[in-house]
Amino acid sequence: MAQIKEMQRLTHASNEQAGTITTAEPTIEKQTRSEEDLDLPWQIIVHNDPVNLMSYVTMVFQRVFGYPREKAERHMLEVHHEGRSILWSGMREPAELYVQQLHGYLLLATLEKIC
Amino acid sequence: MEIRRRNDHIELSELDPFLAELLRQIPTSADPGGVPAAEQRIFSSPTNGKETETCAEWKTYVEPELRRLFQTATQTVAGDLEQLNGNEKSLANRTLRIPSKHADAWLSALNQARLVIAAKNNFTENELNDHFRSPIGSRRDLSLFQVNFYGFLQEFILRELES
Repeated sequence: MAQIKEMQRLTHASNEQAGTITTAEPTIEKQTRSEEDLDLPWQIIVHNDPVNLMSYVTMVFQRVFGYPREKAERHMLEVHHEGRSILWSGMREPAELYVQQLHGYLLLATLEKIC
Repeated sequence: MEIRRRNDHIELSELDPFLAELLRQIPTSADPGGVPAAEQRIFSSPTNGKETETCAEWKTYVEPELRRLFQTATQTVAGDLEQLNGNEKSLANRTLRIPSKHADAWLSALNQARLVIAAKNNFTENELNDHFRSPIGSRRDLSLFQVNFYGFLQEFILRELES
């Protein structure tokens, strides 16, 4: 997970700055998933939510994915009518960051492996 | 109530005490308050349930970030709402000025509040789409009115951001 790795890197750097490194052992990132797992394509799905306003959802799609208004509206309407829409697919790390941003806007978004 | 765009802010004028009180309740309403349905909606799962490891990591590393993000937005809104404090018992109408640079914080806080209220009351889609329901006869009706009123404000702010 990108954030975890970044956090570990920052912690390590800040310890170095403060001169508080007490062990000579390098930071070893725990391998939680196989390379194959990370390379598989993933997709981001946004699910319908009757509370979020349609105009708000459109704005979020434009902001997060940089989609033009028409494309953002098409996805928003798909979410509204079909209950879900695939917004993006690709590598796992950027997908996680997109989902995090969507959750920051309080949209119901999930990350799913493409089988 | 009148709502209009001024140079660098959105102005809500002629706010009667009832609407002013609803606005004052935004920060409190946005707080899930430990209610499981509201917590689950605000901090929803990032996967369809199959990726338990991802969910665990998400709870540890991402949720605290999201919590801080949401808290910052409600704190900004609470600061703006201080304009309404001081004469709560007066029946005089009030004016609230929302700085344009706070528009995103307001969108976020209003959205949080609407989602939390809807989750706590378990509103159905039909209820949420019934924008002309009246009169307010129960706490539940009042909560629905609150959701719609906050939605109206969101729509206005969104229009202003686009223009």
